[in-house]
Order: sequence, then C-alpha cells, then structure tokens
Amino acid sequence: MIGCRRGVSGATIAGMVKHPSPGLLLWRRSGVVLLLALVALVAGCSPQRESRTLVRFWAMGVEGENVQKLMPEFERRNPTIEVQVQMIPWNAAHEKLLTGYAGSSLPDMCQLGNTWIPEMAMLDALEPLDPWMKRSSSLRDSSYFPGIWSTNLIDSLLYGVPWYVDTRVLFYRSDLLAKVGYRKAPVSWEEWFDVSAKLKGSGAADYAILFPTANEFAPPLILGLQKKSSLLKDGDTYGNFSGREFTDAMRVFHSFFRNGWAPVKTTQIVNIYQSFSAGLFAMYISGPWNIGEFSRRLPPELQDKWMTAPLPGPDGNIGVSLAGGSSLVMFRGSAQKAAVWKVIEYLSEPEQQLQFYRYTGNLPARVEAWRDSALASNTYAAAFFTQLNHVTATPKVPEWEQIAQKLRESSELVAMDQLSVEDAMAALDRSVDVMLEKRRWMVHGK
Amino acid sequence: MFFLTPALAAIGVFFFVPVIAAFVMSFTDFDIYSLGKIQYARFIGLRNYLQLVEDPLFWKALRNTLYFLVVGGPLSIAVSLAAALMLQAKLVRFTSFFRTALFAPVVTTLVAVSVVWRFVYHPRYGLLNYALSFVGVSPVDWLGDPQWAMPAIILMAVWKNFGYNMIIFIAGLQNIPPQLYEAAAIDGAGRWQQFTMITIPMLAPTTLFISIITMIGYFQLFAEPYVMTQGGPLNSTLSIVLLMYQQGFRWWNMGYSAALAFVLFVFILVASVLQSRLQKRFGT
Repeated sequence: MIGCRRGVSGATIAGMVKHPSPGLLLWRRSGVVLLLALVALVAGCSPQRESRTLVRFWAMGVEGENVQKLMPEFERRNPTIEVQVQMIPWNAAHEKLLTGYAGSSLPDMCQLGNTWIPEMAMLDALEPLDPWMKRSSSLRDSSYFPGIWSTNLIDSLLYGVPWYVDTRVLFYRSDLLAKVGYRKAPVSWEEWFDVSAKLKGSGAADYAILFPTANEFAPPLILGLQKKSSLLKDGDTYGNFSGREFTDAMRVFHSFFRNGWAPVKTTQIVNIYQSFSAGLFAMYISGPWNIGEFSRRLPPELQDKWMTAPLPGPDGNIGVSLAGGSSLVMFRGSAQKAAVWKVIEYLSEPEQQLQFYRYTGNLPARVEAWRDSALASNTYAAAFFTQLNHVTATPKVPEWEQIAQKLRESSELVAMDQLSVEDAMAALDRSVDVMLEKRRWMVHGK
Repeated sequence: MFFLTPALAAIGVFFFVPVIAAFVMSFTDFDIYSLGKIQYARFIGLRNYLQLVEDPLFWKALRNTLYFLVVGGPLSIAVSLAAALMLQAKLVRFTSFFRTALFAPVVTTLVAVSVVWRFVYHPRYGLLNYALSFVGVSPVDWLGDPQWAMPAIILMAVWKNFGYNMIIFIAGLQNIPPQLYEAAAIDGAGRWQQFTMITIPMLAPTTLFISIITMIGYFQLFAEPYVMTQGGPLNSTLSIVLLMYQQGFRWWNMGYSAALAFVLFVFILVASVLQSRLQKRFGT
C-alpha cells in the first residue's frame, strides 16, 4: 500500500529530486516505483489513495505517544494526507535533530521546545510561517499568550506556532502556610521571605522551600528575570550575570540557603512527593506536569491541603516566570508544506488542544481552549493561566541551553557557600563570554 | 601489494581519513554555526587545547576516569584471575557451566544490564541496600550520592567485564606445563609457593596483555555512566569520553571534542608504552 501511494505521488518524486540521493539508489528506486505503479494500475488502487501525501512528523516522548491518537480524525477530514508520527525520546531529541540536519534527513514537521527554535532557525532549517499565518482563516496571534508567542519570533520572523505551554508557579502546602497565618500564598517577595522565616522559625516545616540546585536552573533564572536582568548584553554577545540586577537576584537566592529556609543538600531528597507530604518543605517552584503528579502521588488526606499560586514578585505584584513549552515547526526542506500547515492548523484547534490536554496534561497554547470546563474547573490550573500572562522569554541564542546549565552549576556553588555571589557571577560571566566568542565574531567581526 | 589494495583502500577510507579529518578539526572551531555554513569554521591553532587545559570539567573528567581506571582496573584483573584459578582448580565440578555463567555478563547488552543494576542500587527497594541492612549499614543512595556513584559504576563495570579477562587467564593457565608443578611439589613447595613462584611468573605475558587491554578499555569509559547516571550527580561520574560526547553531539562543539579525543589518545599511548617498559624492567 505504501508503495502504491508513493509510486504515483508527484510530490514525493519531486522531493526525491530535491534531496539528491546516490544515483544508483535513485535509479533503483525509480525502477521499483515504476514497477509498483504498474502493479497499482493493474490492481486498480482507488484514485483517492494514489494521491495521498505523506507528512513525516517527529514528536517527543509522551507527546509523540498521544498525538497519534489525534491523527485518525485529521486523516478522516483530509483523506489525501497521511501523517506518520515518529516518536523521539526527549533525552535524545536534540542530538537527533542536529544529526538529522547534518545528514539532511529531517522530517516535514516537528515538535520543537521553544528554546530550541533559535538554534534551528539559525541553521536555516525552519520555514518562516508569517505568509502561512496571513493566509490562515483559523489562526490569529491574538489567540496566544503574548510572552509565549514572542519566543517563536526571531528577528521578527515567526518560526513556530505554540502547541502547548509551560511555565513555573509556586506549589505550596496550604495547611502549613495557614499555620503561620497565611491563608493565601505570598504575593510579594516581602511576604515570601516573611512566610519562609515563619515556617522555619515555628517548625511548621523543616524547610520553607525546596530549590533542587543539583538539577534545576529555573529558580535562580526566574529570580533574575523578575529583577529585570537582561541576562546577556551587547546584542547577546556577553554575559550580564555580574550586572547589578542578576547579582541582586542571586543574593536573594543565596539568602534562602543562608537563613536555613531551603535545604542545601538536595540530593538526599530522593522523592519530592514523599518529602512534601512529610512536611520537609512547604513550597516548591514547579511546572504543569506536577499538577497530575501531586494528585496521583500525594496521600488522599493531603489532597485538599496543597495549592498552586502565581510566583511572588519583587515589586509586590505577580512576578514573571519562564516562557516554556513546545511549538510546531515546518522544516524548510519539506516538499509537503501545504499539508504540514493543515496539520498545524488542525492541532491548534481549541478542541484538539483540549483533547491533547486530557491525554497528556500539557496546557493548551490557545487561550480559547482554557474556557472549557475541564480547565476552568481545575483550581490548580488557574494559577498557570494567570502566570502565563506574566512570562518573559530568555535570550534567543543557540548557546542558551549551555549557558543555562552553567548558571545551574554556579547557583549550586553559591547555595553550598563554595563561592561568594560576586565571585560566582564573575566566573559565570567569564565562561559565558567564552561560549559567546563565536557569536561575537559573527555579529561584530564581519 | 596488488592483493592488499582493496583491504588497504578500505582501511584508508574508513580509518585514516576520519582520523586525519578529526585531527585537522581539532585545530578549528567547528561548531553549530559551522554546521549551517562551513565558512563559519575558523582555524584557531592550539586554542581548543589551551581551552581544554583551563576547563575545570576536563580535569574533573580526567580525575574521574583515572579513579575508575586505578580502582576498577586492578580490581577487575584480580577478580578475573581469582575466577580463572577457581575454574582451573581440580576440585570444582561443572566447570563449563560456571565458565559460561561467569562469561554471560560480557555478552549481555549493557542497557539491559544497567536497568537491572539500577534496581539493585535503588536506595529504598534495592537488593544491595537490603543486603547491607543485615550488617547494620544504613541505606546508601548509590547513584544519587556524588561519593558513591563512581564506586557503584566501578562495581557494575567489573562485574560486567571480568569474564572476558577470565577466559584469557584460563588459556594462560592451561599453557603452564604441569611438570613444573610436579617438580615443585617434589621439591616440597606448598600451594602458595607454587602460586607465587610458578603461576604468577608464567602468567606474566598474559597479565601484560590483559592489563594493557583493560587499561585501554577503561580509559574509554562511556556507556556505563551514559546509561546509568548521565555523568551526574555533580559530574561525579563524568568520564572523558562522556564529556567528549556531550561537547560533540549535545552542544556540537566538534572542534573542541576532537581536541579532547586526541588528548585521550596521547594518554592511552603514553600509559601503554609506560606499562610495557615497566614490565620489561622488572624483568619477569
């Protein structure tokens, strides 16, 4: 059946010519193609099937597993398109994309974490989507959270359509906070410090908050964003971590450890759900996947004793958080761009977004989808909706992942008191400047 | 010469060309930008190598690798020798069964093995902590504690690899003429004397071969930490090859990664030469 489809599809053959394959293979393939076409004619394939175009779609981990369930409906509506979803494990995804690019074997479309967009855009692997957006009857940029939308723009060109969104909010034990007089989560930094001191001082919890410095860069990064640090400077060619804003944020981060509000040795905490239940800590900054995990893993008697809230901010208002999530992108080398765009439009429909949320727990990118009862009635998701209107993008440079990892290492050193805040930030800037040397050469040098 | 041409051509294309290409690459800053446009690659002389010397991660990886080598290597050889001696002992029955059983880990895929070992090392439900609880040792988070992660990796690697060396030792043992033992017994040598005066010296060439092969293999530690710990916690199981992989394929710093590869090559070369010199001098 596949041969039948491929054999007569003009688009596939055009695609083969565009990606030059070894002559022998091409010859052999066209031989096979001819033969199959003949067989197809004789066997009398239905004309509909003959013209089906194949869209190869890479999706990661759980998303890949679940997006497949949405595809039969798409194929029913678009009988001429077949979507082939290939699952890529998350921890191999980045390597796979780069080697796919190097070996020109990228698919037609892909799910891309929005911090990876700058890298793939720089490689010129992605198709700018502005013309497609303009012609679209169903997609508007106003249907998306502005902070998330902007992560898909590189030099004001659109490279991805947000698929699902991700940010960090405060998870907390409402019963423990109530014990020290907080009926609601802290809104400002002042309240946050106050509740931390009280939680620790009264012994309501062993520690006020958990910052897993051994594997997460998000908390110190968020504090820096809340202090309005630019993170990088001079057209994103130098580190700006030793600048005043980030240093201030890092001092605040350090004070949580210095005051004993946060545990320094986090590797001892093997299971955060157990520790959270046992009252080892009362607050935790985390993402949407933990709504599901907390509901599943916390004991039943604690189920009405935890809540989520937007992050506290330095100026007394809601603080900003990370603009995470995944977007749907179209690869420049694809020969089926119109079909790819149809898939993107389909997956962006509010109904499909909601269905995907039900399967995976991933929060929908389309604001319209949030009005549905499933999400509107979820009290834990409400904090995320509020937070998603207060998110800031991180610098759009390919080196960002690497820089964020370095930031995590530095924050760990600060937490363990192995370096002072100033020394750690100066050292961080030095290594970031080394990473950005190439970028400086490309931006300034030419 | 004519008949060798196909083989030589294959070696040339698939071995020498990549090695030379990698060597040239180690003097460039080939990275993610160069992947898009090759013009963005520059010759930078020795800068990769200089940067490497200043990189704390490189030293950390080198220390970890040496730790693994110095502790794991001799341990692995000792275990192999002990197993070989036991299998050669006349008292043991079912030797072919045990030989197969002890060799089995070598041919098992590492990914399957590491899944099992992750259960063994589990801090709460693991077999190892359960066994240790009988002698009053409180639970250890084997793979999560920076101090214990490397010993845990060593233990698993030794278990996984000793069978191979054991087979070679068995071959070596079978090559020792039995007359030597008979003569020694007549001269009144005990078991221990026979072992130190006959078995050990007669095994010297085998041991040299095994120690060089083991060292080369252990220098290239990669799969165990890659599957079990990803180099963590706190980079305590980051090996040189794992660092090379991360730099090369995760961050696509190919030039830097190639420089690392050649530094590792020099280390292995020097260590191999040194080892064979030492063995010659202390003339066995």
